Amino acid sequence: MKTRIAYIASNTFREAVRDRVLYNLIAFALLLSGAAILVGQISIEIEKLVVINLGLTAVSLFGVVIAIFIGIGLVSKEIEKKTLYTVLSHPVRRWEFIVGKFFGLAGTLVVNTFFMAIGVFVALFYVAHTFVRADALIFVALYFIVLEFLIICSLALLFSSFSSPLLSAVFAFSLFVIGSFAEDLRNFAGMAHGISRWLATGAAYLVPNFSAFNVITSIAHQQPIAGQIILHNTLYALFYAAMAISGAVLIFDRRDLK
Amino acid sequence: MKQPSTTTIVASTVLVLSLAASSLVLHRTDELRPQATADETLFLTSPKVIERASLGFNGLMACIYWTRAVQYFGYRHHYLATSYNLLAPLLEITAHLDPHLIVAYEFGSSFLAPAPPHGAGEPQRAIELIEYGIQQNPDNWRLYYDLGFVYYMELHDYKKAAETFERGSHVPNAHPFLRVMAAQMAQHAGEYQTARMLWSATYQTTQDDQIKQNAAEHLRALRVDEDVEHLQDAVTSFGERTGRLPSSMAELASAEHLGGMPVDPDGQPYKLTSQGRVEVQNPDDFPFVIHGLPPGFKPKYNAIP
Repeated sequence: MKTRIAYIASNTFREAVRDRVLYNLIAFALLLSGAAILVGQISIEIEKLVVINLGLTAVSLFGVVIAIFIGIGLVSKEIEKKTLYTVLSHPVRRWEFIVGKFFGLAGTLVVNTFFMAIGVFVALFYVAHTFVRADALIFVALYFIVLEFLIICSLALLFSSFSSPLLSAVFAFSLFVIGSFAEDLRNFAGMAHGISRWLATGAAYLVPNFSAFNVITSIAHQQPIAGQIILHNTLYALFYAAMAISGAVLIFDRRDLK
Repeated sequence: MKQPSTTTIVASTVLVLSLAASSLVLHRTDELRPQATADETLFLTSPKVIERASLGFNGLMACIYWTRAVQYFGYRHHYLATSYNLLAPLLEITAHLDPHLIVAYEFGSSFLAPAPPHGAGEPQRAIELIEYGIQQNPDNWRLYYDLGFVYYMELHDYKKAAETFERGSHVPNAHPFLRVMAAQMAQHAGEYQTARMLWSATYQTTQDDQIKQNAAEHLRALRVDEDVEHLQDAVTSFGERTGRLPSSMAELASAEHLGGMPVDPDGQPYKLTSQGRVEVQNPDDFPFVIHGLPPGFKPKYNAIP
């Protein structure tokens, strides 16, 4: 079982690399090096802040775009190319296929994030000429970004299991936007009354809360993140991703592929 | 080597020519309506809307808006503009997006407060900006300094300046300079008691020799100011009672029961001019005094270290 999942995951990763997904690293490198050189000339005293903010925001957004646009095609492309039938004709269960796809995409994003993180630190060294202890906090922000990717991958996979690529992209991106406003939704629920309050509260807990993962601004100001928050975010991401993958498995398991 | 096809050559040529032509046309268009590019517009003015639109990436948006504010100010300042309408909104948006971006308060207030063409001439907006900064970063003593500076330099509100420096001096790890400034402002505002208290505290607590020396000088000046004010009141009282001015300081001291010849902190007796003005003997020895100086005298005002 483990071998089969690992095999599907490694194939998904290889496919993503073959699809030139990692080319985004070039755009990222150009963006970051350009910002590092230019900002010092057009602004005042924010070189380091820009490198951290821009670097981590780019890591996050590039990753979200990759997660959505690859995730939505993970199942539908296999059906379209009819390669899914070949895979499922082997002793591979449908849930193993979904889980393998998830790990493959997550692995792609982790590798992508790793190289981008190197870029962030190189740019940081370029503008600051040294590293300080607080720079290690960037790893926390990167870790949260990876957790965010796990959720988005799982959601993209969930939508991909029953919908067309276009609709899956719309659903996944909408959830990303709504999830970024999760705190507002919660505030709204707090102010509402009656049935609206119940609906808003339900929606606030159902949609992914991405705002909890966004600590970029705090990290840029060298504000430490509490260990409890790291633990809670880790658990939240794992539970939420598990929930979405379970949904994908349930749907895909019942899907008529004829 | 394979020769490029006709299609390749034609397409490449058209591409390069079209790019050059479009750039040229755009340049001409800008010349026809120069204000269109020079006058910037702030399409979104609500910091909350911009915060929502940033999808949580507030830090990056704040950096972008701060850079925009710097560019806007720099451009208009370069051309000695008389209006900086967008500066305050740009800074307020920046501060709302990233309340911990200290540079936006520090430099932003120095862009906003001075009168045009050196600034936007909006000291009140500068004060509101820094007050917001203090609210968000109560432990940053530099913001109190910036706020006090605006009160002092732009509004000449010594009382408010003194209060602000005093507030800032209580912030943990605040620079001793704030206490020095608080005392100085209080002195300018005529609040001798506050000023004496602050300068004495500065003198006793500072480890810095220059600040200690400076505090001592200000304490001496405070005493002179108070003495002169008191003596001047005595001259007025003498005049009201006798219908004339006292002929000398000795006569004044005797008539008003001053308890001996009044002397300055250096032991030099105060002078009484024929116009009834009380002055110090050596004004240069008291660089920080406000009262008791000959008319038109300009003291050598030493900058506080």
